[in-house]
Amino acid sequence: MSITSYSFLLFAGVLFILYYLIPRRFQWILLLIASYVFYCFSGVRYLGYILATTVFSYIVSMKIWDLKRRQDARLKLKKDEFSREEKKAYKASVKKKQKAWLVAALLFNFGILGIIKYGNFIVSNVGSLFGASGDDLFFHLALPLGISFYTFQTMGYLIDLYRGEYEPERNFFKFALFVSYFPQLIQGPISRFGSLSKDLYTGHAFDGRQVASGLQRMLYGYFKKMVIADRIITGLTTISGDPATYSGTFVLVGMIFYAIDLYMDFSGGIDIVIGLSQALGITLPENFKRPYFSKSLKDYWHRWHISLCNWFKDYLFYPISTSPAMLARAKKMKAAGHEGLSRRFTVYTATMVVWLSTGIWHGASWNFVVWGLLNGFFLLLSQELEPAYRRFYERFPRLEKNALWNAFRIVRTFLFVSLLCMFDYYDSVSTVIRSFIGMFSSFRLSVFWDGSLLAIGLTAADYWILLVSLILVFVVSWFQEKGRSVRSLIAARALPVRVIAWYGLFLIVILFGAYGIGYDATQFIYNQF
Amino acid sequence: MKAKKILSVVVVTVFVIGTLYLLQRLVMPKYMDDVVEGNFIAEYYNEEKDHDVIFLGDCEVYENFSPLVLWEEYGINSYIRGSAQQLVSQSYYILEDTLRYETPDVVVFSVLAVPYNEAPRESYNRMTLDGMRWSLSKVNAIRDSMTEEESFLDYVFPLLRYHSRITELTADDFTYLFHRDLVSHNGYYMRVDSLPAENVPEGRPLGDYTIDAAQMEYLDKIRTLCEEKGIQLVLVKAPSLYPYWYDEWDAQITEYAEEHDLLYVNLLAQADEAGLDFQTDTYDGGLHLNLSGAEKLSRYFGAILQDHCGLESRRGEEALEAAWQEKTVWYEEDKARQEAEIAAGE
Amino acid sequence: MDTLLEILNDLHPDVDFETCDTLIDDEILDSFDIVSLIAEINNEFDVNISAKDIIPENFNSAQALWALIERLEDEE
Repeated sequence: MSITSYSFLLFAGVLFILYYLIPRRFQWILLLIASYVFYCFSGVRYLGYILATTVFSYIVSMKIWDLKRRQDARLKLKKDEFSREEKKAYKASVKKKQKAWLVAALLFNFGILGIIKYGNFIVSNVGSLFGASGDDLFFHLALPLGISFYTFQTMGYLIDLYRGEYEPERNFFKFALFVSYFPQLIQGPISRFGSLSKDLYTGHAFDGRQVASGLQRMLYGYFKKMVIADRIITGLTTISGDPATYSGTFVLVGMIFYAIDLYMDFSGGIDIVIGLSQALGITLPENFKRPYFSKSLKDYWHRWHISLCNWFKDYLFYPISTSPAMLARAKKMKAAGHEGLSRRFTVYTATMVVWLSTGIWHGASWNFVVWGLLNGFFLLLSQELEPAYRRFYERFPRLEKNALWNAFRIVRTFLFVSLLCMFDYYDSVSTVIRSFIGMFSSFRLSVFWDGSLLAIGLTAADYWILLVSLILVFVVSWFQEKGRSVRSLIAARALPVRVIAWYGLFLIVILFGAYGIGYDATQFIYNQF
Repeated sequence: MKAKKILSVVVVTVFVIGTLYLLQRLVMPKYMDDVVEGNFIAEYYNEEKDHDVIFLGDCEVYENFSPLVLWEEYGINSYIRGSAQQLVSQSYYILEDTLRYETPDVVVFSVLAVPYNEAPRESYNRMTLDGMRWSLSKVNAIRDSMTEEESFLDYVFPLLRYHSRITELTADDFTYLFHRDLVSHNGYYMRVDSLPAENVPEGRPLGDYTIDAAQMEYLDKIRTLCEEKGIQLVLVKAPSLYPYWYDEWDAQITEYAEEHDLLYVNLLAQADEAGLDFQTDTYDGGLHLNLSGAEKLSRYFGAILQDHCGLESRRGEEALEAAWQEKTVWYEEDKARQEAEIAAGE
Repeated sequence: MDTLLEILNDLHPDVDFETCDTLIDDEILDSFDIVSLIAEINNEFDVNISAKDIIPENFNSAQALWALIERLEDEE
């Protein structure tokens, strides 16, 4: 069920009405049922995957908790008998058992994800190593809905549990809701149990203001997705589908279009998901903070797909970089006189592992591997250049507050990020490299006015709609960047202003959204039947 | 305070519904300039509904029969409820729809669509169904003929279907926001130009000539409905040379007609008796008749109708005479306009 | 405590660590800084700050961080 389909709106509408009609203590049950109904729409045959993850993770969570409970009871009982050393040894032995369970869950859940998402990629690459070709080596498993998201969310929960951050959810069905809460299945965000659970399980009374605000956010999400992303994509597929014809300047156009499409589609979808949840009284974490206002790559990764980045930071980057083994090795290097190496060793290793994983998370292809490693490489490079930057700003202290200079940094970062996104956009690494070179070698400015841009599936009207819409999003983002919310600004106005603003946006989505069959007058020309 | 709140809710609601309604009318295709067929189904509702004969079918009815000739020659007051590629199921539901307003003596159904069984096409669906007034018949017609890419909601709110026309509006969209000019002559689509039929291809042999059971079922539904209402059903095959009418198909329709004691007239076989000359009487090489052909055919077919169905001439009925007087003027105007256009073209 | 302040000042000479209590909230320390910091602390005080201790409450100010180090030393 696509998020922009009539059936999704119908589904959400029915859920919304029921949700506020039934007693509050049953609301979470309705959410669980709705989530599973939603899941079934994507194919009943996928139900097994999410159920397997839910059941096994639940068992592990109970085991980890049980070990902890027994440990606490025993420590209390033997408070006076245990020496400090004995206590420590006992604790370590319990931790070890807990760890065994955690590792089992890691293997199980990531194992499913690995086989389904990456099995094909691995088998085909291993196969080609041995010179095998053809389809006999390939096995095709369709991806169950949201598997990357719910697997990561569930694993985060188990790791937190292992770290003793909170008590597990003992009610299996409540836990099942945490795993399957349907808005997140579509495209995240990846929530943490501590913040989401309260909202999921406690009932919510109808709060007109929250509901209105949530619906407004959904509408804005639909605007970004349907008016901008779904419109610009026509031009994109033309360019990426035929890199030989659309080379040179078109590569630049496609690169920028893709960056726009990606953000509008993804963040628009997140707006819909967060807005819908808000209308149900449930707060989800923000996933984007105006990423295209970033002044550096590092800044960008603090603003783009935040929940995923935080996941990798909390559960991969820190554990690797602060593991006793890594620290001990760094210490050894320092003792041997390699001060610089020691300082860099942990950060560099952890960064590259994280970015390789982030790349692979995005998709099973070499494109994403390269994309991830390039991100890691450039992040470390700018880290290395940090002292140089600092000296630069010491020399030109006024530059840091200079609007023009900052605008330059923003544009530069945007172009750089868009460039990296070409790995997602084109179908192979070699095409990316060829297109990238072609962008400079056969650059023709005339493309912008000789009508070529009207030949990629977008009409002049499309460009006007895109331009005006992008300006609108820019203005809204600008306000947000200044810490002001356009929604609250509008909410403070008189009724006619509110009506015109929101109804106007609604009309824009209805009229200018790129949805439906599309009107092609030639289909209606009577052709003799 | 409360009154003010209620008032503002009412004002906002009226404003929202009003603007949506206006926008919907604005973006819907007007079918005035070309593809006027899109208006045929809706035009019926403006008529005085007191017809003796209703024609049902696709282009094989609305381009081949002229109700004016039937009136002038035989005093038969008829109307054609046909549209582009009107499916058999759609003809059935349009008959249901017609019966909500009147019960004619005779229904003439063109059978080409029964064996021809073309796959529904979204654009033709819209041209047929958008013009229907809302009723259970329309709901069923939509559900029965919707293609996979379509959704029912798009029919309830055509704004959702045609929204993208907002960027390609023409002057017509504003001129015809609330009304349409008459485009048909009681459902008849007049064409005065001509293009001789040459080299009409023979039909390619088919693997299976059996008419699809689902199609026959709708034909049967039409027959049953007519029986219930005491309407005589007449089946016709129009004299179009193409799409090819196979003898095997003809045999099955003949058999069906015999079985149910219906009159079936294969006008294609009787083209010569009707005096049709495919050198002068068609405007597109034999697919459809032009005005001269349609008038000849109507004269011929009117006699059959009168004889077989016992229709009495209604000439002399004052109200009808007056109405047809007006229609004759528009008929002559249309003809003169088209002739002038052709003359200017030459 | 002084050693800790020294480490912090090496990292960001431009920040007043004795008063600042929003090191994480205001994104003064990023993940690279935190990892370097943990390595340095490991060197100087011989305590292991593990991933689960990396929460804003422990890193928002020098005092909080010092408290964490003392707590970990105590547990050793």
